[in-house]
Amino acid sequence: MPTAMEIYKLLPKTNCGECKFPTCLAFAMQLANQKVSLEACPSVSDEAKAQLEESGAPPIRSVTIGSGELAVKMGDETQLFRHDKTFYNPTVLGLIADDSAGLEAMRTRVDDAHSAAFERVGQILRVDSVALRHSSGSEEDYLEAVKAAAGKELPIVLMCEDAALAAKAADACADKKPLLYRATGANFDAMAELAKGRSLPLVVGGVAGLDELVELSERAKKAGLSDVLLEPPIDSSGKMLENMTVIRRAAIKSKFRPLGFPTIAVLGSSTADKMNASLGVMKYASAIMMEEMPRDFVYPLLALRQNIYTDPQVPIQVKPGLYPVGEPTESSPVMFTTNFSLTYFTVRADIEKSKVPAWLLVVDTEGQSVMTAFAAGKMTPESVAKAVDDFKVKEKSNRNEIIIPGMVSRMSGKLNELTDLKVTVGPRESSGLPKMMKSLA
Amino acid sequence: MGFEVPKEKFGGRIKEVAIGATKEYGGTRRAKLVAGGSNGLPFHLFEGESGPMPLVAMDVVDTMRMVPERLQETMGPSLADPAGWAKKCEAEWGADMCVLKLASANPEEEDRPAEELEALVSKVLQTTALPLAVYGCGFEEKDAKVMEKVSNVAKGERLFLGLAEEKAYKSLAAASMANGHGIVAFSNLDINLAKQMNILLLDFGMKPENILMDPLMAPLGMGLEYSYSNIERLRLGALSGDPVLQMPMICDCSCAWTVPEALEENPEHGDVKMRGIYWETITALSAAVAGAGIVVMRHPESVKMLRDTLKSLAGGE
Repeated sequence: MPTAMEIYKLLPKTNCGECKFPTCLAFAMQLANQKVSLEACPSVSDEAKAQLEESGAPPIRSVTIGSGELAVKMGDETQLFRHDKTFYNPTVLGLIADDSAGLEAMRTRVDDAHSAAFERVGQILRVDSVALRHSSGSEEDYLEAVKAAAGKELPIVLMCEDAALAAKAADACADKKPLLYRATGANFDAMAELAKGRSLPLVVGGVAGLDELVELSERAKKAGLSDVLLEPPIDSSGKMLENMTVIRRAAIKSKFRPLGFPTIAVLGSSTADKMNASLGVMKYASAIMMEEMPRDFVYPLLALRQNIYTDPQVPIQVKPGLYPVGEPTESSPVMFTTNFSLTYFTVRADIEKSKVPAWLLVVDTEGQSVMTAFAAGKMTPESVAKAVDDFKVKEKSNRNEIIIPGMVSRMSGKLNELTDLKVTVGPRESSGLPKMMKSLA
Repeated sequence: MGFEVPKEKFGGRIKEVAIGATKEYGGTRRAKLVAGGSNGLPFHLFEGESGPMPLVAMDVVDTMRMVPERLQETMGPSLADPAGWAKKCEAEWGADMCVLKLASANPEEEDRPAEELEALVSKVLQTTALPLAVYGCGFEEKDAKVMEKVSNVAKGERLFLGLAEEKAYKSLAAASMANGHGIVAFSNLDINLAKQMNILLLDFGMKPENILMDPLMAPLGMGLEYSYSNIERLRLGALSGDPVLQMPMICDCSCAWTVPEALEENPEHGDVKMRGIYWETITALSAAVAGAGIVVMRHPESVKMLRDTLKSLAGGE
């Protein structure tokens, strides 16, 4: 971000007051703090405007595709390592429907992409887009498939390097703000004109190396395009890691504008492609299109994306409540733990290991672990008793007993007083649960 | 505008640690493996020395209590016999080394006597020529007895004994030093504790080239992100020149098989066998990409998948 003085130099210095600030300098200071928009100045020159927008822009441009609730944003990242702050916009995953397979197969693909949505730890994880690819099929079928996708919710990637057909396809799904794939050295001008004319984001790629990619990116800028995605070469996993890393570094550390855009990788259907998709989620791919996304793979891939894009400063939390583990009955034991997802999963897995069905009460500790929550007063006999009440523990189990984590044995007396439940102190580590549970049964 | 690739140069280097002793060095292992040995981020071949490829270890657990039934089905009947399991790792599944987990020493479970476990280690050493790490059951008193015997029976083989913990490392370090073995220093997702463990072991008299760090690998879907970032930070700390963080990391990714989502039948989530294999492979790939020198895995198909990817990462096609 430029300083107030740097901005001031580019302003008209007329102190006209139209911006509602008394002087141009005052306005510049507000601009530097990102409190106002440059739009408020009626007499700034186009040249100064361009310059200011350039220097104030984030290191990686944010590009959005699709419309409505399922629109997805890419780019706008500021870090190389998630522990330095966080990664913001999860890698957009897309399923490719190729017209060589015919219209019916494409329609099925579009439906498959839409149905690949899963709830995991309170979040909906989904395949975020559908990529319609024109290869050897008929143009009519291609356009029909685009229309079918346009009638659905997911964002669309139009993989069609023939600009005339791509234009028809774009018009068939105009209100979906599709991503155009792609402008190469061979079709650059026609694709750039299409993207410019319809204000659509455009992938530049099909290159042999990053130098060539930089050239295409600069050409895109000259053509007046600002919503661009970069497709680096990915001949091997090593090359993919290298190119994705170099692009991210150049954008963030060197503020090298031609590479300051989101990235995309188009992958096939092999095992190597699946591993590259996983690599891309970790190492800086903003979007990944794949020919095959079997559920046994896409589910772990989505879990990986959820993990990597978790804000390190905010623990993932489980919704407080009374959870059945196995198929518990009225006589099954009840135990409680915190709503820090890692703790919850560990405890749950250890209960499952015992093969004894149980009720697991998750108490709201704002995502803190047992010891931390206890020490910070986020998990007190009162809060546990409240959860026992709120989630109707006594209606679900008639054992009249609650098992508590060994680390908080000190709350036994008070908890018993508040709930009238017999308090049994469990193991300090949840790995001791299977043994304890078996002894209960 | 000309484009210059932004490269990072680091002052530090991951130490090389040798695992296993061949005949030449007084042991009977088929190879002396080297973990570590790089001055860059993992697979950043465009700016640093690649160092050796991360090693792929396979674990062998001496009690079926710790092996999910589904894995017992898909990996075959050889698992019930640890020596036979280890042999498969060597002959069929292409492991670089084995991590033998003596979980049956657990005094609250099988409580197998130290003598039997000594005999087991001896048998595994005879059955396979793979370099070995041997882990106890996590109960200090029992492990002290077991590991002393293991150390003696494997004299000269340069095993790596584990897991040394902050409050329980002295007997293990003594057993390791007595016969020229190495040690695995465990820390619980905490960079400061990882460093502290190494300092404790060095102060106790261990040499840095005999230490591997286990910074706790949390599996995919169950805290992987914590481990991923912790490993990245440890690697960066080592590269920036902190000598007490330069021991190679060993990351146990077989933990993927404790995740219910990797093992549950659920048609919505696709074929359970392949899902489990991807679950473990992705866990291991993230450990390797973050900076592990050794990944420990369990399923042979996951091992194959990871190996192919590592080759591609290290410059192959």
